[in-house]
Amino acid sequence: MKHALSLKIGPATFRIGSAWRQPVEALAQLYAAYPDPGNAVADFTVRLEPSGFLRRWLRPSIFITGDHGLADAAPMSLTHGLLAAEMGMNLQMALGWRRHLLLHASSVEKDGRALVMTGESGSGKSTLAAQLGERGWRLMGDEFALLDLETGKIFPFPRLVSLKNGAIDVLAAEALPARMGPLLAATAKGNIRHLVPRPDAVQRMEEGAPPALLLFPRFGHAAAMRGVGQGEVFMRLTQASTNYVALGEAGFAALTRFVQGVPARAIDFPSGEEAIAMVERLWEELA
Amino acid sequence: MNALLLVRVLRDPDSAAALDRAGWNALIAMARAERLIGTLALRIGDRAVPDAVARLLADARLDAEREVRQALWEADRAAEAMAPLGLPVVLLKGTAYAAAGLKAGQGRFIGDLDILVPRNSMQAVERCLLRAGWEWVKQDPYDDAYYRQWMHELPPMIHASRDRMIDVHHTVLPLTARPRPDAAAMMGDAVPITNELYVLSPDDMVCHSVAHLLADGDMAGGLRNLWDIHCLLDGIDPVALDDRAARHGIQPYVRQARRLAKALYGEGARLTLWDRIVVARLLARDGWGRDRRKLLRFAFYLRSHWLRMPPGMLARHLFTKWRKGHRPA
Repeated sequence: MKHALSLKIGPATFRIGSAWRQPVEALAQLYAAYPDPGNAVADFTVRLEPSGFLRRWLRPSIFITGDHGLADAAPMSLTHGLLAAEMGMNLQMALGWRRHLLLHASSVEKDGRALVMTGESGSGKSTLAAQLGERGWRLMGDEFALLDLETGKIFPFPRLVSLKNGAIDVLAAEALPARMGPLLAATAKGNIRHLVPRPDAVQRMEEGAPPALLLFPRFGHAAAMRGVGQGEVFMRLTQASTNYVALGEAGFAALTRFVQGVPARAIDFPSGEEAIAMVERLWEELA
Repeated sequence: MNALLLVRVLRDPDSAAALDRAGWNALIAMARAERLIGTLALRIGDRAVPDAVARLLADARLDAEREVRQALWEADRAAEAMAPLGLPVVLLKGTAYAAAGLKAGQGRFIGDLDILVPRNSMQAVERCLLRAGWEWVKQDPYDDAYYRQWMHELPPMIHASRDRMIDVHHTVLPLTARPRPDAAAMMGDAVPITNELYVLSPDDMVCHSVAHLLADGDMAGGLRNLWDIHCLLDGIDPVALDDRAARHGIQPYVRQARRLAKALYGEGARLTLWDRIVVARLLARDGWGRDRRKLLRFAFYLRSHWLRMPPGMLARHLFTKWRKGHRPA
């Protein structure tokens, strides 16, 4: 394609092609500190194509696809090209990754052990991981946690953190401006700004850690905490995994081991500060 | 660039040794787009390839194993659902190749379960499947009526909990198509592989696959279908096949398929002008996995409708679909 770029994020290498210059330029700038994939053949191809006849030039609009795609994916404005590229990479991982059990979860690491947080979009798992990543934890990823099928370790997928709406100002107050991407206003998910993970998160992106605690965070409620039984954890994690069925028995074995070995709690919280205090307390107690 | 790269490596896996990074990237993207990545992985086997390629081919082999497992389970479930009817269930296409352990089934992507049953038992089959948890996919009354009146299969059904499609065929081509393959003869000569499940005889398997590729449809996924045919032709007696094709009224199509399979996947063949146009359509894929030659693709899309129905009916059909908002891709 006319504009192209290769990226390595955690264990996966992407080849991204675009009909326009802007999305590739934005990626190159924000991923500048990531390792060069060198001569490695890509695991996935991502394509940002015009969504229809003339849509390359006239009110340009992006259709996101690649090795794996969704026929009914909604087209996106070229002004949101960076987000489109990120979504394209996520799509390949969600539909095509087979080397780990993929959990739709954020994860952070401290003292060689991982904290995994899973929940629906809007639960606060991404913001919480980003904040912890600024406060002494190593950010492993805000979107996917990769559970190794053999060792049971969690491996990082530290792409850019996608901050939405209220979370933008929270993180802009903590991180250097140079690590913040452009404001993408009025996307389908509201306002979005990307955050480049701290250098240690990028340098150690191939380093896994055994999971020590699983949390189900829920933002916007009075502070509360409850235990979650293994059966419920198992069911919720199968729903949070995009490749559980595809992995067959290996996925079942890895998830069973995770569920039986890792303590789990659901936490409700009204603000980020309270969430961080709860997380630190639980980590002291349980991990 | 076109999909000749993919075709060449399938034909001669040793040729992959010469690929650089750009070549591998293109090959993998094409193979995924044509749903031939599993076949490619098995063809390359344990030849030395770059580490990153070895990893993604290993993934593809695992996916292919799962495809087979799921497809055979689905066939087993359908046989169970239809057991009260005491009918032979004839498996078609990918599931048949996998169930019969044929080379064409190795690494093959298997989407839907396709079965062939006698036309006069369609209603009973439909009732059995609905009782066992399959549901209609098409809610549109025009589509439903169209399938029932004119097609060679029931409207597609999907299993509510397993999310897998089943296509129940009673013959090979739409009733409106000009050739009329003899489905009763196919069922009569089918070969049992378990107590309830059958596959077509080797000659009929070729005929069915050819009819599907060249006498129906717009050649989407054509490289994969032609690979099936190439594998199925192995060990077939050309004279007997020719006779069988004549009986089904598709002799020219079968002859053309043999030329195309030889030209792309075999030792080469002399091609007619029309063969060359078909080859151009089959190879219309670039190194990013994109569809190329939009105009040629559209022409084959039109041809698929032309093959399926007489002109007056085609005009009515296209007008109805257009009013419902359908536009060709």
